[in-house]
Amino acid sequence: MAAMVGSPQRLAYLDHAATTPLRPEARAAMLPWLDGQFGNPSGAHAVARAARTAIDESRDAVAAALGCAPNEVVFTGSGTEADNLAVRGVAAARPGPVVISAVEHHAVLHPAEALDARAVGVDARGVVQPDELAALLAVTPGVTLVSIMAANNEVGVIQPLAELAPVVRRHAPGAALHTDAVQAAAWLDLATAAASADLISVSAHKFGGPQGVGALVVRRGTPIRAQLLGGGQERELRSGTHNVAGIVGLAAALAAKTAQREAEARRVAGLRDQLAAGLTGLIPDAWETAAADGRRAHLLPGTLHLTIAGVESEALLFLLDEAGVCASAASACASGAQEASHVLAAMGIPRAATAGALRLSLGWSSTAADVDRVLDVLPAAVARLRSAVGVGR
Amino acid sequence: MKVLVAMSGGVDSSVAAARLAEAGHDVVGVTMKLWGGESDTGCCSVSDVDDARRVAQQLGIRHHVWTFTDDFDRRVVEPYVEAHRVGRTPNPCIECNRHLKFDRMLARAEAVGFEAVATGHHARIVERSDGSRCLARGADAAKDQSYVLYVLGPAQLARTLLPVGELTKDQVRAEADRLGLRTAGKPDSQDVCFITSTAGRAGFLSRRLDLHPARVVDDTGREVGELDAVELVTVGQRRGLGLAGGDDARYVVGVDVARRTVRVGSADQLLVSEVVLDQLVWAANASRDSSPRVVDAQCSAHGAPRPATVEVGDGGRTATVRFVQPERRVAVGQSVVLYDGDEVLGGGIVAA
Repeated sequence: MAAMVGSPQRLAYLDHAATTPLRPEARAAMLPWLDGQFGNPSGAHAVARAARTAIDESRDAVAAALGCAPNEVVFTGSGTEADNLAVRGVAAARPGPVVISAVEHHAVLHPAEALDARAVGVDARGVVQPDELAALLAVTPGVTLVSIMAANNEVGVIQPLAELAPVVRRHAPGAALHTDAVQAAAWLDLATAAASADLISVSAHKFGGPQGVGALVVRRGTPIRAQLLGGGQERELRSGTHNVAGIVGLAAALAAKTAQREAEARRVAGLRDQLAAGLTGLIPDAWETAAADGRRAHLLPGTLHLTIAGVESEALLFLLDEAGVCASAASACASGAQEASHVLAAMGIPRAATAGALRLSLGWSSTAADVDRVLDVLPAAVARLRSAVGVGR
Repeated sequence: MKVLVAMSGGVDSSVAAARLAEAGHDVVGVTMKLWGGESDTGCCSVSDVDDARRVAQQLGIRHHVWTFTDDFDRRVVEPYVEAHRVGRTPNPCIECNRHLKFDRMLARAEAVGFEAVATGHHARIVERSDGSRCLARGADAAKDQSYVLYVLGPAQLARTLLPVGELTKDQVRAEADRLGLRTAGKPDSQDVCFITSTAGRAGFLSRRLDLHPARVVDDTGREVGELDAVELVTVGQRRGLGLAGGDDARYVVGVDVARRTVRVGSADQLLVSEVVLDQLVWAANASRDSSPRVVDAQCSAHGAPRPATVEVGDGGRTATVRFVQPERRVAVGQSVVLYDGDEVLGGGIVAA
């Protein structure tokens, strides 16, 4: 066994779907609130008023970016909290069956499972089919909530909300439609893409804001009950002192992302395409999990999910990490262990094939050097693992 | 040398990692996630992973979690359940060492560039004059774990380090104290990791097996009692047999799962003069010719070694162990490990 030579090069970060660096605009907006400015927005004095003003202006900016009214924005402590508030809050306000897609993030999946939700499947590309959703809704009377993500966290598949929403309105006219847009927010114009949703969850750190702050859009008239009770902040829907720096950072990051979105999406999609073509060309028996035919129109620009035969994700991630490449396999549990992916299972990929799952995700700060580095390291790592033989006995 | 240390979150593997790091090796800590169900340290043993990671941080070494839950189910848990179904007495820790730690993990470690794998086991690897390596008892006789490691053949021993085998447990704890490791005072792990102390073996098996009541008979075939689950009875057992009159002098001397019958008898009836082993593993230097050889035979993890002779038969596939003094019967499925002094010559599993 030859020793690996540790590399002193800078890290190549390809895990933007897990979290992406803070945008400079967000940092600049936050700094005053970390350094000198403070205040509880709920107070009745000058210090509080300054904080309240910051929250109000942030709310306006978020509403403009998401295409809703300012008083339809509820700031939360995370995307997960926004998802939980949507799912549990609607089901509590108006009990009834809950319908989700089979590829939801755990932040929707687990609260929905606790409510005995029914799930609509996806096709081999990971896309929910309108007729399947219609069929499920047709046999599920009195649905109170349909929750379908705007884009998937593992494979980057964008769901056709514009086609699915009319199906919900027709077959479940009483249902609220929630979309977990946590992954989509970095890339899509949610004011358009999620226009048909009654509830929209976002999380700041996925689009260049800070960790620990999210938002839920709750359109007027949507039945919902608070899940955190206390001081009654956020129109009684989310008690708890505002995270002023976080909310200001979320708003600034969202505004920056919105302004740069088209150019950024085009540039990053180009990098992703280059990475995809390079890797599938250099690695035999590796394919794009959600785009086996190489057509990626239904994918987020930043996500490249690969299935690589004959390797194990954990071993591959280890070699990538040792070589300074940060990537991910699927979802990891609290202990850091890899879990079997319900998303890949829903796409009909056999468990054995999912052993070699790899997610490379790019973001606003990705560069061609990151792509080159992966092209340099990954094919060699795969070849190494494939050539390894078991310990003799 | 680039070394992977299997860090369970206990004090022994913490100190193993510390000693290797202090010696200047390029050390990476890996915690194996083996069991996805309930355990005494929480689901997925999260608190043990936390301890391992925090020790790794303190030592300044990288830490990873490697998931082998599917293999653990298939190679350890399911065979454990199946063994009970047919009335055998398995040792899951030995199977975990055989199939997981020193096969699955060792192979992956090698594949990703490690030159050796280290664990916190209390046993030593001795290099002999001919260059071969063999397993030997740890320095702390009371904590010796060579019994559960006999499954390491020459290929495994060549790639394995046991950095705390030269230390007593007190010395390990003192070392952990000196380094200020958070695991210094952590109690030793007990029993089978996938069985919680609340559910117990019976609770665990009852969820995976249909348990069947059995008749208890004496050696004349006369029925003397009955019990709830024949699958949970082990040869040598004397409690929980449902015998009237608190007849303490009766032991299980035979279990027939198919006939749902448990035979009891006196302590003398437990004594056997020989057992036949299969699934043999031998040290590189162990003689495999068929002439009998004098050994010490150990029949359980903390049992006393007994003088015996061993004779290889059936073309090397089995070995007959003859005890100098009759030994209390060893249950089918248990391992018997053969020693020459402190050195492990090999071992195998008691055949039906």
